Amino acid sequence: MTIETLAPSDPLAGAIGAADGWPEATAPTQTPATTPALAHEEEAEVKAKDFLIIDYSGDLEKTWAAMILASTSAAMGVKTRVFVTFWGLQTFVRDDKRITGENWMQKMMSAMQRPGVSHRKLSKMNFLGMGPWMMGRLAKKYGVASPKELLEVAQEMGVEFIPCQMTMDMFGLKREDMIDGMGEPVGAATVIGLMTDNSVPLFI
Amino acid sequence: MPVIEITQLVDARGLSCPMPIVKTAQAVRTIPSGAAIELLATDAGSIKDVAAWCKATSNELIEQTSDGTVYRFVIRRK
Repeated sequence: MTIETLAPSDPLAGAIGAADGWPEATAPTQTPATTPALAHEEEAEVKAKDFLIIDYSGDLEKTWAAMILASTSAAMGVKTRVFVTFWGLQTFVRDDKRITGENWMQKMMSAMQRPGVSHRKLSKMNFLGMGPWMMGRLAKKYGVASPKELLEVAQEMGVEFIPCQMTMDMFGLKREDMIDGMGEPVGAATVIGLMTDNSVPLFI
Repeated sequence: MPVIEITQLVDARGLSCPMPIVKTAQAVRTIPSGAAIELLATDAGSIKDVAAWCKATSNELIEQTSDGTVYRFVIRRK
């Protein structure tokens, strides 16, 4: 298969192939063709890759991981964006907001799941808050920065947090419910645009 | 051998990943090119992480020592 596709596209490879057999023919033609281009692209492209986290779950441990990666990536000089959607959006509601939303269903949703980065629950071993409390104690003991601290560091280092317009509408969240420094709300097309353009994506 | 001026000390002792790196990045931003920072850390992961950070940001890790519990790095800004 490879010989057939290679030979017609490259007359030189075809000629060498006819004389010496295909293994020799493919090797010399491929090396000069790919190496200069690769070396050039490595300089221009690999350096410029952006990092895009899709913060979806809102679970304590996943939020934590997302904040660690976001702040580290910004520290490494990588342009970093975090698209916050569905439960992830709850993380970026102000800690002091207790009830959000306009209608009773939206209000009840926020009542059942307290918003704010400091009120995240573990996806397992939550035990009515016992799990997160122990995690917090352990983190302090071992010098691990809390999700709130990491979020502040990330913002300081220029990480862009972009809320999902659709989720904001669905939960009845307003701009003033959210923490300061959030980007303009956008939709899925913007996220796909970033992903297909130049971003390494992570869905968490 | 040129004299390297250590202009800032970053004390990240007792801090876990990713704070030593984050603090390093924040400190290196504030120093002029060619100057250096000294980083102290107790996070064992920082041995690899500092090297990876330096590689990714093309800053230079010019010294790396350890007394077994505290790791010391000298990083020069490119």
